[in-house]
Order: sequence, then structure tokens, then C-alpha cells
Amino acid sequence: MTSPLQQKIKVTGPNVVTANRLGDGAVVYRTADGGWATEIGQAAVVADASAALQLLNAAKADGKRAVDVYLAPVKLEGDGIKPGNLRETIRMRGPTIDLPAGLGI
Amino acid sequence: MYHYDDFDRTLVAERVGEFRGQVTRRLAGELTEDEFKSLRLMNGVYLQLHAYMLRIAIPYGTLSSDQMRRLAHVARRFDRGYGHFTTRQNIQFNWIKLAELPDAMAALAEAGLHGMQTSGNCVRNITTDQWAGVAPDELEDPRIWAELLRQHLTLHPEFSFLPRKFKIAVSAAKHDRAAVKVHDLGLYMHKNAEGEVGFEVMVGGGLGRTPFIGKTIKPFLHKRDLLSYVEAVLRLYNQYGRRDNIYKARIKILVHDKGAEAFGKEVDAEWQTIKDSALALEPDVIADISSRFSYPEYLPLSDSPQELEAARKDAAFAAWHENAVTRHRMPGYAIVTLSLKPVGKPPGDATADQMDRIAKIADQYSFSEIRVGHEQNLVLPHVAQRDLPAVWRELEAIGVATPNVGLVSDIIACPGLDYCSLANARAIPVAQEISKRFADPRVAKDLGRLHVNISGCINACGHHHVGHIGILGVEKNGEEFYQITIGGRADERAELGTLVGPAVPYEDVADIVEDIAEAYLALRESPAEKFIDTFSRVGVEPFKERVYATR
Amino acid sequence: MPLVKGGRTVADDYSRIEDGAELPASGNVIVPAERFLADADRFKAHDGAVGVIWPNSRNIAELAPYLDRVALVALVFPTYKDGRGYSQARLLRERYGYRGELRATGQVLRDQFLFLLRAGFDSFDVVKEADAEAFQEAAKRYSVFFQPTGDGRMTVARARLTTPARVVHAARATA
Repeated sequence: MTSPLQQKIKVTGPNVVTANRLGDGAVVYRTADGGWATEIGQAAVVADASAALQLLNAAKADGKRAVDVYLAPVKLEGDGIKPGNLRETIRMRGPTIDLPAGLGI
Repeated sequence: MYHYDDFDRTLVAERVGEFRGQVTRRLAGELTEDEFKSLRLMNGVYLQLHAYMLRIAIPYGTLSSDQMRRLAHVARRFDRGYGHFTTRQNIQFNWIKLAELPDAMAALAEAGLHGMQTSGNCVRNITTDQWAGVAPDELEDPRIWAELLRQHLTLHPEFSFLPRKFKIAVSAAKHDRAAVKVHDLGLYMHKNAEGEVGFEVMVGGGLGRTPFIGKTIKPFLHKRDLLSYVEAVLRLYNQYGRRDNIYKARIKILVHDKGAEAFGKEVDAEWQTIKDSALALEPDVIADISSRFSYPEYLPLSDSPQELEAARKDAAFAAWHENAVTRHRMPGYAIVTLSLKPVGKPPGDATADQMDRIAKIADQYSFSEIRVGHEQNLVLPHVAQRDLPAVWRELEAIGVATPNVGLVSDIIACPGLDYCSLANARAIPVAQEISKRFADPRVAKDLGRLHVNISGCINACGHHHVGHIGILGVEKNGEEFYQITIGGRADERAELGTLVGPAVPYEDVADIVEDIAEAYLALRESPAEKFIDTFSRVGVEPFKERVYATR
Repeated sequence: MPLVKGGRTVADDYSRIEDGAELPASGNVIVPAERFLADADRFKAHDGAVGVIWPNSRNIAELAPYLDRVALVALVFPTYKDGRGYSQARLLRERYGYRGELRATGQVLRDQFLFLLRAGFDSFDVVKEADAEAFQEAAKRYSVFFQPTGDGRMTVARARLTTPARVVHAARATA
């Protein structure tokens, strides 16, 4: 069985590594200096399989600060890094619905 | 309802203490996520898209007003001021922080609330009919038996690491409102030829990837044998359920692979060796648990009091009364359903303010008791008929009196992709859109009883397989698509829905539901023929033709 | 991997004999189930106590006929999430009357100690030092038990019938 550290992954387009912060579950992105940021704009972007694997494995080893670490697609647009699919958009922006408040009426 | 004693309280407090230690060790890095995950799941702590989620058990859907107030407090103090009631009579808070969980759990424990075994590969919250103890068609109160089982299966040393989750439902009414046939273990109370009350035992029901209707392996089980028989079932499942593939790990797969008859024989063989052990439920134990349930001191009232008859002249009250109020086994009383499905709002949610008000209304008008139904609505189970007009005004004021109970806009929906990391697609905005299309109460009333169930993924938390109209979110090329079925039902005539056509994109779902509704109106023999009965009569083809004719 | 027995870390006086390895002339040994069953009589004559390590995927009933000549049974938890060993343990103790040492091996962590004790285990191959040190504390985590197992602890049902505890009924509003 191939070690996860040697597994081949397929990367088509730019990706970031994302996870949830251990203490409060907030969405975080892996930065180039080995930290975790809540702003997607600060995420390290990888565009090929070997860079992705490297970033991913380093991030996974950081079980003390973040959990459920994985690669997520992004779009690189004029005004910065954007989530690359609906799921990542929802993770970044929150639920697409109004949250209940007050007396609910 | 059941009242905790020192033993119950101590257990919950000790559990909080244990979890506090586990969280501390996790945050300090002494436990890896893999070592911690099952431990937190067994306390109802999930990791969702944006945050942790805490699922709190409401055993067999019965809640005191004090407990409701405590839930409101936790929603305010530790979450974002609201909670979501689920299809298994639990409540979920979506924004909890791991580091604060032990304190939140301690606050809950003081009111006898907890998240024990609401997730993980163990026995989950045992559900029953939200009208238990008050429905006129009930044989006897199933909650006594749900409570006996709950205690026996809480922190059971042998069954805390099962191959997969295990869900139990108990029902004791002619009309099964607890969906016992689609549970891992379904218990249906009934009388045998000798007039004794016992359980029909069904195993291997369930929805999800491979839906099954449960198979009867014991037509009649005596009350005395309940715990030993369930122990035998669980022991076989624990030993022989598959552990190599999580999609094949439920008991329904084991029952299907072995065959129900063969499985039943093995259960029986195991059961024979333990039925006369300490697990036998002696009358004194049964009597003791029963004595811990309190029942309201109902007043001797008459049906149709003057206050009610006068109020029914008001059209709005009458519409609500006809829809949301049901007969009670006691004369002069009524069962009131609070719709948590206001048009255009997320189904099944309640704010902390609403919870506090509902608790107050329950104190004043329902002997301080509230129920949670698996259709994600609440119930006030003991309202005097003469108080109905006053209750209605109070419920109206907090937005839980929409007269759509059981109608097309009383939608059951899972949290979906807006919250849940397992989801393929969103469920809540689909529900909101559908409810808007049927916002006109006359339209909804004319359509009659029509259950719409939405699941955001194949795990089927919205129970879409057994919806009259079932909607399943799937992913197609990165887009949200939905498969639509019709003709499912969860009651004693349980059936899985039939696909009506190819999957449709997000924008088309509400249109399709409207078309299905229109098809029903065209096909029904009379307004008295309900949607599900029309489907039984004509099958799926006429619906298919009409709905997909122009697509 | 510290061995905990009697609530404390102790030296293991059994040697684990791997497949293919020769049995020592004397001393306490633990052998895999296959080997034991293939030659159960031979082990009768061994100069030392004999233990068997039994896989969690194999029916424990097969070991039942040999329990009188076995001083130790080791059951396996390949991951702590695989709970088959608990059923095996209870059957050994409660159905087959096994009285020898019952050892939990595999991924044995602090948070399962009490479940393991209740199921009948009395020795533990613990993964982490810190967990071994915390054994006594973990074993006292709970004082309330609902289920009758072979461990002799009084159940709540029994206690309720003998010592009435305080029941608090919430104040009820009148309609």
C-alpha cells in the first residue's frame, strides 16, 4: 500500500491547502511560511502535483493546529485568489441563507 | 416525562468531566485527531464546513420547558442564537468552538441534557412518536421502553465501538409516526392473541446509499425479554457486521447478506442463552422506571368548550385550528403542532428568543412539556381546548403558527451544503424556494397531506427515500443537481420513492415540484384522494409524462 | 509498550513467540491461535504457563474447549474503534467461565480502560506511557453503570430498588 506521503495526486489548475482550525473549527488556509490564515488571499498557491503534495503533507503533519486538511481548487483572478467551487465558496463566506435571528418573524 | 435522579445526573456529569479531560489532551497535542475523533463523535461533536457542530439528544423527543430554556441559553452563550431540530428528534448547534464545548456541555448537563451517543459507531438517540402518551390511537406509552433501552445502551461497554451507527425507533400507535420500518432496529408495540402487549421486532431498515425496509425477525417479543433480545441483536452485529467498508457496515447489509430468516435464527440462538440472565426485565424494574415518568394532572374538561367554538368563527384561527391541532386522548385537551416551517425560512430552525417564548407558553398551557417531531416541528402535547385561542395568538406572535403542518410547505430538509461537509448540494434554499411557490394557504390546503423531503447527499438525513416527494442533491460536473422521486412513505406501509426522471439543476427543482403537484391535481379522483393514494392508484408513469413532457 | 496489571505498570512475565520461532524449553509463552490449535496437546506439556493470542475476526467459541489449559488469553484491538474484542471478552468470562488472565492488546488507549475492565479484561498492553500512568484515574472515571456484565459492579437498576435516590420533579405550572 502506497504511503500517503508518496501518493500521486492530480492537480489541474491552482490549488490551496485548507483545513479547519482545531480550537474553533474556523476555515483556514495554509500559508507559504507554514502558518494558517483565515484569509484566502494569504494562502500559498500550488499548481503542480509535487508542490501540492509537499504543501499538503507539511500541513497534515500540523495536527496540533488544524484538522481535516485537504487540497482545494481556487481561481486566480485580477483581484486575487477566489474559491474554485461552490463548496469552497460556502466554506469561505458562510451559509448562502440568512441565519435565523430574533423572534424569527 | 422522565425525571432524572442522582444516578442519571451523576452519569452525565461524569461524562462531561471525561470529555473535558479529552478536549484538554487534544488541545495539548496528547491525542491525535484520529484518536480523538471517535471520542468527540460519541459526544455528538461533528466538524462541519465552518465550525464544529454539537448534536444534543432529546430522548424520544420529550423536552421540559426548563430544558428548552437551557437550550436557548446555550444557543446564545456558545453559538449564534439559534438551533436546528433534526429528523431524529435531536437539536443541533452549528457554530460551537471545541475549546468551549466542555463548558457548554456542563451547562446542558445541569438540565439533564447531553450529546452522548448522538454520533459515532454506537447506539444513537432512540426515537419515537412525538405524540407518545397523548395520542388517542396509542396502545400504551412507548417512551417507558425507549427509556429502558436508552439506559441500558448508554455507555454499554460491549457496544460502544460497533461497525457503524445503530438507530432504534419504538412505536405503539396504529399509525406508525416513528418510521420504525426504516431503522436498524424497529420495535412496534402491539397485542398478541392472548391480549398481551409486546414488540414486533424488525431489523435492517434504513435509508442512505442502500435503502431497505426492515425485516421482521420476531413477530412478538414479551416486554420481559426486551433488553436481552436487543443485546443478542447487537452482539451479532458487533461481531459480524462488516468493518472493511463503511458503505457496507450497517446491520441492514448483514441482514441482507445472511437473509432475514437466517439472521433471526442466529439472534434467537444467542438470545436463548441470555434471556433468563440479569437482563430479564422483572416487574419491579419496569414499575420503577414507569414511576419515574410523571404525567399531567389533567382537569376534567369537556370537548368543544365555548371559548373554542367562538374563536373558530375567526377564519385565520379556524385555518390554524384545522391544520395544527389534533385530537388528544383526554377529553377537553388537544395536541398542538408548532410549525417550524415558516414560508421562505430555513426549515426546522428556532431562535433562542423563540425557544424561550415556547418554554413560557409550555409552562402556562402545556404542563411545561414540549415534544420534538422527526418532521422537524415542535409539539405542545397537553393544551386545554379552551386555551387554544390564547395559545394561537402567542404562537402567531413568534412565527410558529403557519397552518402548513403536513402540507407541501412543511418540508423536511437536512442542513445540506450550507453547513454539512458531507453534502453534494444545498437543501435549505431549495426548501425555501419550494415553500414560497406554495405560500398561498388555499393552494397548500387544497393539495392536502404532501410530505416533501430533501437530502443534500446520499446519506439521506432528510429521509428523501420515504418522502411523498423526495429530493436528493447530487453533484454533476461541479454543479448542484437533484434527483426527484415520488411515492415514498415512512409509515406502517413504508415504501421507497420511485424516480420520476433524470436529475435536474438547482434552478429547476421548485418548478418540477410544482409540476408534480399539478399532475396530482389533474390525476386525483377527488379532493379527498390524497397525493400518496393517487400515486398508489396510478403509479409513476402518469406523473412522469406530465412532469417531463416538456423537458 | 507498558503492561498494566492490577492497576500498575508491571514487567511482562510472558514471552511472545512469533510464528515459526521455536518454543523455549521453559517459561511463560504467548502463541498465536493457529499454532496453539494445531498442537494443543503439545502445549499441555510445556514447562510454563501458556497464553494464546486470539484474532478478533475468529469465533471465540473455538477456544472454549481449551480454556482449562490456558493461563492467558490476549484479545486484539487492531484499532480502538474495532469493538469485536469486547464481545469476545464477555463471552470468555460470562459464557465460558474463563478465569485466567485476559489481556487487551493492539491500540489500547486510556479512554477505553473502563469499557475493557467492564468487559472482563484484567491486563492491558498500553500504547502510551502517559496512559499507563493514568490507569487508576481512568478506571475511576465513572461511578454509575447501567449494564450488568460479569464485572460484579452494581447496576443502577439494582441500586434503585435497594437505595432510593433523590428524584427531582420540575415545578409544574397548572393549566
